Amino acid sequence: MQPSPSLIPSRSNLAGWLYVSPLVLVLVPFFVAPILVVLAASFFATDGFGGLTPGFTLASYVEVLHSALTLKLYLATIKFTALTWVLTLIIGFFVAYFLVFHVRNQLLAIGLFLLCTVPFWTSNIIRMISWIPLLGKEGLINQALLAMGVIHQPLEVLLFSDLAVVIAYVHQLTIFMIVPIFNSMARIDKKLIEAAIDAGASRFDIMRLIVVPMSKSGIALGTIFVVSIVMGDFFVVKVMSGGGSASVVSAFYEDVGVLQYPTAAASAVLLTLVLVAIVSVILRTVDIRQEIAR
Amino acid sequence: MKSDRGDIELAGVCKSFDGITNVVDGVNLRIADGAYCCFIGPSGCGKTTILRMIAGHEDPTSGEIVIGGQNVVGLAPVQRRTAMMFQSYALFPHLTVRENIAFALRVRGQSKADRLRAADAMIDKVRLTQFADRLPAQLSGGQQQRVALARAAITEPRVLLLDEPLSALDEQLRVQMRQELRRMQQELGITFIHVTHTQLEAIALADLVVVMEQGKIKQAGAARDVYAHPHDRYVAEFMGGQNVLSGRVEKVNGASFTLSQAAPDGIEVPLQARATVSIGDIVDIAVRRDDVALVRPGRDLPPGCTTSLPSRVLAIEYQGYFVKVMLDTVPDDEFVAYVPEKTFFADPFTVGDVVMATWATGSALPLA
Repeated sequence: MQPSPSLIPSRSNLAGWLYVSPLVLVLVPFFVAPILVVLAASFFATDGFGGLTPGFTLASYVEVLHSALTLKLYLATIKFTALTWVLTLIIGFFVAYFLVFHVRNQLLAIGLFLLCTVPFWTSNIIRMISWIPLLGKEGLINQALLAMGVIHQPLEVLLFSDLAVVIAYVHQLTIFMIVPIFNSMARIDKKLIEAAIDAGASRFDIMRLIVVPMSKSGIALGTIFVVSIVMGDFFVVKVMSGGGSASVVSAFYEDVGVLQYPTAAASAVLLTLVLVAIVSVILRTVDIRQEIAR
Repeated sequence: MKSDRGDIELAGVCKSFDGITNVVDGVNLRIADGAYCCFIGPSGCGKTTILRMIAGHEDPTSGEIVIGGQNVVGLAPVQRRTAMMFQSYALFPHLTVRENIAFALRVRGQSKADRLRAADAMIDKVRLTQFADRLPAQLSGGQQQRVALARAAITEPRVLLLDEPLSALDEQLRVQMRQELRRMQQELGITFIHVTHTQLEAIALADLVVVMEQGKIKQAGAARDVYAHPHDRYVAEFMGGQNVLSGRVEKVNGASFTLSQAAPDGIEVPLQARATVSIGDIVDIAVRRDDVALVRPGRDLPPGCTTSLPSRVLAIEYQGYFVKVMLDTVPDDEFVAYVPEKTFFADPFTVGDVVMATWATGSALPLA
């Protein structure tokens, strides 16, 4: 045991630093340093062939902000984010609600909960490829609809489209909603539900007035996960849209491909700021500290 | 729904959760409108299950529950016009005191202005006006209890059900809130059913005390009846304040019988309500702890006392207005005398002293 830190101020500082040192050792090289590098690169000039000239210029930002493409990509990304968020929220909320309030057997609830994680036993790429036999032109859905005579031409919109992108996102990210919402719902004392019934509340009243407000912090956490993952993605968009759609990140991925490092860096910084703004709005509305602290 | 009466009748009510054992086993009981009724018994005796069945949170496996002349089995709590105050209160943690109390009115679709006015009137009644905008977590235990009471009472139920309402409070507050419950009950003029495992709480509050064991009612009656005239050994021991002795009937002589015991002449017991006793029966009797007098050996017994049992003092506890003297009078059972403080200290005993435990013959009570 070390001597009580509060007695000797200088020692207390040292002890404090020792406590946080593992986190610092991870965060500084793998998080802070790359961000600083990107931030620095966004202000550098370039010779157009990958060479960077150290200095300070806002040229890259001017270029990014003046490009009509930037706005278009942000709108596209926000559209994907909003759709994915709404769908994962609805599905995630009801899955969690079902598991917490309708599955009486706790073992069964845990089993079903684990079932939700099954898609994650395989890689992201395989999960996306596995949509092809279902959604493709010759896929199961088209075949079924053709056979039933609902359609006469295979639906092209199913695969390599915005719809496919959203389906893949929802498939991938619903679990990120389920887990935190499940977590906060599981903490709701069942007696509260009974008290609400006693007061005459309907099922809908209970959900609206008790369950939703008390799951707010879980919803906020899930939202942060989903929004930041979708906004930071380019891979799913690229694969599932068949190259037909792009996101903010795919644009600066292209920039990197053609050695335009400063504009890529400036786009990255911009996106980071947008995400920070979104997350801080969420944190301002919902106090998730209680969720983490409890 | 039409009747405003809150009289309750339980007829052959049984409840089984597993289909094998009855948690509540054929309970018959009548509770008058506007009565304060306490269910008391050890944990697992089925008292809370009965409460929850009256409240409509549990359905009886068989039997009828009649409130105000109407069988309410299968009806929702709202239709029964009952309200429940939960153990540890179950206040909505994200709602303020006012919103908690107005909750039932809100889900009944009352306008915001109306329900807040009604809630404020109720808040005033439970003296929480200055805390109306606080969250439950910012209140003390006693205040939370008042919020829970107000939340349950706001719908003007005809029966209010309280599940161990005082168990979350510390001793001093418990006594204080006990009075408040009684005051509220008189003010509202409705039937209160209160589940507790504290004897003092039950006899202090209730018009009707119902003692339960293993899903059955052991005795139901006025507090004084149950305390002073327990039916059987279980009730006597559970309610406390009694010494229970058992022995074989030696002689039956008219209005009394004699029980063989360590005492040289046996114990003389008046027959009272217990009509049939025959020689050779094993009978339990109860003697109130505060009826027992202790006399030093060789001294005269107080008038009216025919029985005296030689005993050794095992332990002495000072309790303020009386002194609790524990004796080895009967081999297997506890035997305790509550001696008034002044009497005790006029001639104090010490542990190990031999004394004669005696009581007025008429105060011994034969048990079923």
